[in-house]
Amino acid sequence: MYEKDGEKYFVVDSHMHYWQAGPETWVPGAEHYAKGWIECFHAYQGLAPAETHWPIEKFMSYTEDDLMKDVFQNGYVDVAVFQPTYLTEWYKDGFNTTERNAALGEKHPGKFIANTRWDPREGEDGLKKLAENVERYGSKGVKLYTAEWREGSRGWTLKDPAAYKYLEACRDLGIVNIHVHKGPTIWPLDKDAFDVSDIDHAATDFPELNFIVEHVGLPRIEDFCFMATQEPNVYAGLSVVIGGLMHARPKFFAKVMGELLFWVGEDKMTFGSDYGIWEPKWQVEGFVDWDYPSDEFSDYPRVTTATKKKILGLNAAKLYGIEVPAEFQLDSGEGTPAAREDAALVESQ
Amino acid sequence: MTSAVGSRTLLDALEEVRDPELDEPITTLGFVASASLSSDGHAAVHLRLPTYFCAPNFAYLMVADAYDAVSTVDGVRRAEVVLDDHFAADAINEGVAARAGFVASFQGEAVDELDSLRADFLRKAVLAGTDLVCRPLVDAGSSPAALAAMTLGEVPRSPALDRLRRRRTELGLPASDEAPLLVDPASGAAVGDAAVPLHLRKARLTRTSLDANTGICRGMLRHRYGVEDR
Repeated sequence: MYEKDGEKYFVVDSHMHYWQAGPETWVPGAEHYAKGWIECFHAYQGLAPAETHWPIEKFMSYTEDDLMKDVFQNGYVDVAVFQPTYLTEWYKDGFNTTERNAALGEKHPGKFIANTRWDPREGEDGLKKLAENVERYGSKGVKLYTAEWREGSRGWTLKDPAAYKYLEACRDLGIVNIHVHKGPTIWPLDKDAFDVSDIDHAATDFPELNFIVEHVGLPRIEDFCFMATQEPNVYAGLSVVIGGLMHARPKFFAKVMGELLFWVGEDKMTFGSDYGIWEPKWQVEGFVDWDYPSDEFSDYPRVTTATKKKILGLNAAKLYGIEVPAEFQLDSGEGTPAAREDAALVESQ
Repeated sequence: MTSAVGSRTLLDALEEVRDPELDEPITTLGFVASASLSSDGHAAVHLRLPTYFCAPNFAYLMVADAYDAVSTVDGVRRAEVVLDDHFAADAINEGVAARAGFVASFQGEAVDELDSLRADFLRKAVLAGTDLVCRPLVDAGSSPAALAAMTLGEVPRSPALDRLRRRRTELGLPASDEAPLLVDPASGAAVGDAAVPLHLRKARLTRTSLDANTGICRGMLRHRYGVEDR
């Protein structure tokens, strides 16, 4: 929890990682990819305040102690959600798998939620594995990478009938949160991996599932916003938005936040630190202190303490059914949902 | 031996090459690492990008466009454009040098050439440019009806307007003095009174998205190469 000026914030980090990426983990023959990938992540850390930068050695192989200290002890986080990224073709034991995350989570009861993943191209075997992971780790969410290349297949979309089978399975297994990575990718080479139209279809057909678009479709925020404003169960995952822009590009950060508050609304935006790329401490402190820098932003929705409480934790707590003590809850009537009229404006077109 | 005059001309030519996604010249983005022209007409250009994994489709377009731009410079007999420090550098460099096209350069990994992707981003550039041109008009009190009735010729001249007209021309959209200021970037149809507020909202959002993306790319490039952008 974080406290400032007498206000108490319950913090849910809804998008973070526990990876291993040192040279000893690289798959022989794929070393240049493994090295390039982690160096690319490390460059993103360069967008944070200088005093929070890590040497590449720590960045490749941060430990359980580092994570517990950076995220919980110093970083104000109450509950953190692991989002797995496999990349087993480059890293021998995977970059950060459900198993590795859950093993850490089991040592710290109540601190973590271990999400899992699926890929519709894995057919019946994948469905079985998904059911096993839910049973074993209690996963209530998944992280999906639609643009992933696989054995000659050039990525997939949530519209695919095979994906619908998995979405139905999620519904039956009690998975409620579908985090979809719409952001920078490598393969497939000639498609627009940021295309979010598939989420539009799935969100309409599965109203009982929540679709959290991580990195808000950056760099295609506009496509994401046009879609999200019309779908009540589509959320903006702010990983990369706060970490990548708030410190390095404050003016663009203000504009992006203004647009998201207008199109998506404060009830459907969730904080994610993207740890180990960025530590949560400076992000939480900075976001609580943040407001539009000038009058130039006067026609964007206002940002209140309630806005920040929702974004930093209350919204994600609702998505994951995390119990939030009364002292962190909003007073009745505090916090007005945004974007409803604006959604009507778009739909009337 | 390289001539300073020669490389200046190369940089002028490279200024016409844009990052298709960011809609900015590769020269101002800091993507040109070096450019030199030898006395026997060999132009050598090195490009660099913010990350090792920047999208290979956009990287290919920039290398190919740079190759074309440099080849038109007076005195260039042989052009060589090399992308450095990128996971697909070999395929891109060899493909562009052989003028093979994107699909042939990535045999088995790509099935579409990049024209439609480029057009998608031009449409975004038109929308973002519309915000740049209209923002001062809105601030000065122009109503939605007035903006809907306005032609390009009635807008005060500015670099932003010139750029918007060039992008519209590239897309085959109306760009003459008599053409409406506000058009749908997909169809070219004029935007009616009632649709103006939403059109402008979308234009502003598109510009914000583009600016934020450019900001991240500049920050990453600075981190990677320790250079100041301009």
